[in-house]
Amino acid sequence: MHTIGFLVLFPLIAALVLAFMGNQVLRTVVVRVSAVLIAVASVWLAWRHLGGPAAFFALECHLLDRALLAGDVVIAAFLLYRCRGIVGKEAYIPVLIVVQLAVTAFAELGGHPAPVKAPLYVDGFSVIMGLIIGIVGSLICVYALAYMRDYHEHHDDIADHRRSFFFTLFLFLSGMFGVVFSNNLAWMFFFWEVTTLCSFLLIGYSRSEEAVRNAFLALGMNTVGSLGFAVAILYQSRFAAAPSLDLNGLVALGPAAALVPAVLISFAGMAKSAQLPFSSWLLGAMVAPTPVSALLHSSTMVKAGVFVVVKFAPVFRGTTVGLGVAMIGGLTFLMASLAAVTQSNAKRVLAYSTVANLGLVVACAGVGTAEAVWAAILLVIFHAVAKGLLFLSVGSIEHRIGSRDIEDMEGLIVTRRGLALVVVIGICGMFLAPFGMLISKWTCLKAFVDATPVLAILLAYGSAPTIFFWSKWMGKVVSVPSGSQRSAGGALSGDEWAALGVLATVTVLTTALFPVISSSAIDPYLRSLFGQGVSVYGANVAIMLVMLGLLVLIPVAFLFHPGKSALTTSYLSGANVGLSTAFTDSMRRPQVVSLRNYYLAGFFSEAAIMKWGAIIAFALILGSFAGLVL
Amino acid sequence: MSGPVGALIYVLLAPLVGGMLGGIDRIVSARMQSRMGPPVLQPFYDVLKLLGKRPTVVNHFQNFYVTCFLVFIIVTGAIFFGGGDILLAIFALTVGAIFLVLAAYAPNSPYSNIGAERELLQMMAYEPMLLITAMGMYVVAGSFNVRDIVRFREGLLGYLPAIFLGFLFVLTIKLRKSPFDLSMSHHAHQELVKGLTTELSGPSLAVVEVAHWYENVFLLGFVYLFFAWLGPVIAVAATFAVYLFEMLIDNVYARLTWKFTVRVSWLAAGLLGGVNLLLVFYMFRGRL
Repeated sequence: MHTIGFLVLFPLIAALVLAFMGNQVLRTVVVRVSAVLIAVASVWLAWRHLGGPAAFFALECHLLDRALLAGDVVIAAFLLYRCRGIVGKEAYIPVLIVVQLAVTAFAELGGHPAPVKAPLYVDGFSVIMGLIIGIVGSLICVYALAYMRDYHEHHDDIADHRRSFFFTLFLFLSGMFGVVFSNNLAWMFFFWEVTTLCSFLLIGYSRSEEAVRNAFLALGMNTVGSLGFAVAILYQSRFAAAPSLDLNGLVALGPAAALVPAVLISFAGMAKSAQLPFSSWLLGAMVAPTPVSALLHSSTMVKAGVFVVVKFAPVFRGTTVGLGVAMIGGLTFLMASLAAVTQSNAKRVLAYSTVANLGLVVACAGVGTAEAVWAAILLVIFHAVAKGLLFLSVGSIEHRIGSRDIEDMEGLIVTRRGLALVVVIGICGMFLAPFGMLISKWTCLKAFVDATPVLAILLAYGSAPTIFFWSKWMGKVVSVPSGSQRSAGGALSGDEWAALGVLATVTVLTTALFPVISSSAIDPYLRSLFGQGVSVYGANVAIMLVMLGLLVLIPVAFLFHPGKSALTTSYLSGANVGLSTAFTDSMRRPQVVSLRNYYLAGFFSEAAIMKWGAIIAFALILGSFAGLVL
Repeated sequence: MSGPVGALIYVLLAPLVGGMLGGIDRIVSARMQSRMGPPVLQPFYDVLKLLGKRPTVVNHFQNFYVTCFLVFIIVTGAIFFGGGDILLAIFALTVGAIFLVLAAYAPNSPYSNIGAERELLQMMAYEPMLLITAMGMYVVAGSFNVRDIVRFREGLLGYLPAIFLGFLFVLTIKLRKSPFDLSMSHHAHQELVKGLTTELSGPSLAVVEVAHWYENVFLLGFVYLFFAWLGPVIAVAATFAVYLFEMLIDNVYARLTWKFTVRVSWLAAGLLGGVNLLLVFYMFRGRL
């Protein structure tokens, strides 16, 4: 109980301190110390609760309920104030904010749901989420110290709002902890809105026209989603057979009683996790400084979105509406994976891959069997770590080479060995056996083929482009143009290395230790929900450990025995000029060699994929709602 | 055959079988083209000669990737012939294939770069069908483990005829046969020189050859599963017939473009693989 209170309130205190702290040295100290404390607290919470049953914490909370409702009003008022900046079609945003606030107030002031005795709780899943937020989130905050210093050196034109930046980062963490530990839907909704607010502020950080427009796009889409959440609260306080805002109680009721709120809240979750047709806001959010992208994609925001959808998974199990939810996720996975193939901007590739992987999580939740939920939770863990690592690496690379284009990362393995290594670890972590994401994808496949093979087929198609876009990126990083030299300048700061190093290590460690994670956290959670756990893969675990061992040992062996091969130049079907950077063509002129990856432009286009994806997803949503009403 | 023994036999014998198959392939192809062709042991002579050459590379990373390619192809086959999980074998195969692609990327050479891009496109083309084949086997035989699929006595082929055809389709890609030998080809005179392996020579090229032997035996093992119910003798004969059929295809088709390859393989995966999978799932599930 105290630990949860600490995790929710301490980041808030840190945020307030940072809001008033202009001194860079002091800020550095406060951020580092707070990050360590938050991470330690989340580990402590895990230590206390892992393996045990869910723990509920009673609280005399009528006043708190009112205070949080007042908080909703404050957030809405602030957002309405900021809506002065809207243009044209964005006029729907303030309208929705007012409607949503009215619905919430109407529900909470007039309704008479049974009081939620224990508004806070901890179970296996929320412990895992706590660890992700506490460790990955805090590391990103530490990394942001160095990044934002460089950022403002690189961008003279952008005003320095670092005080409000760090305030918002820590407020975000506080909000996230609130979301994952709230058992009272009204409380969760308040924290939910805090995360929407923070993402809005962070995306618009640079105040450029593009940033502001994309911030409003994110706000708008998330407000559409939140309306679903607000209606769910209204339904649960006034119209449900047994009015109650108890989240875990609701999940336990099963599809007969909980399907309506489950669908409404999952709708909000899908908007927040950028599922089709809401994917565009997350792509737009790429204008923000890289630590913000890292935070949104790995440990906060989108993870809150999938968290609630997975939370309701048992309700979806075996229902038609659940199938609809799963199909939206599967479709998102396929479409976003295809779209990622067409991108050469590293951040956009990462963004599409996030959308795709969250699609897989949502698909698992829609299927709702024990195996599917197991896969979903593993996906959330592995994705958070590897994606956090990749975003931060791209940020550091961008500040060193002045570009975030994958084509410009050629030869990184020679010019910046350390950064190349962490990028390659991150990429392997995202799609290659035996790393975590692959384990989860594998389980997804098994869970889908047992439940609905259509989803399994979607997964089979979607994973093919995944291999393509990750490998060609990795190929660029490891290709060595002749004459590449190690770069001397632009070393990374300690804060950057700390974040990158820890995340790279955790990417490998979570893979090696996933059976332990499964048996200590996920299995007890599944047993409490489904009465059965998921057996870890037995002999296959040993095989995967052997594979992981090979992937670690073979590079080490080559490091110590590089071999004695003679060096030559590559074949250019003409006489090479110098090494192999140019050759003499048939007109006796030197031609410089430049190689680019395939982006399949003209084969399929990003715009068409996302447009059709959105249309089909929209139809699926309408279908799901219709299925609910009928 | 219990697990580890099967894996060990594969590790020891697969190169012999794969090399012999390569030799037969060259003779049969030669006869189809009214040539005599080399002796059946020629692939072994080639590899021995390559191994005797001075190791030369464009950069030192190449040797590392090539070694990993071989190691992970062996792991793939060992999982498969050890009776293990067929999906895990497919994933290990992907790891191996990606190391070969990295070996082609490393020298930053135009021809091997094009080979790498095309190899990735080929992987994108065959991956869905490969996974659907594994899922089809699972739905029918009730297990992803090769040892259980082999023991399924009712005949996979009868339940999965369309999946078998779709699998043959992508098998052509995987065996690097025309019309889908886009990323590298054993035929001379072509636009991408030697594609993937343009910058490999001597011992590292030998390693790639041996890895391909291992890979081909693994792929034929996959084919064998469809015939396993007929008993080992007939099943091996049928598998060999499939290999002969692939040689025929190789010699009668000209190479196609990557766009066509991706389109038509995805179409085949959907129409043959997807439809067969859904039919089997909804018609026979629970009864098998």
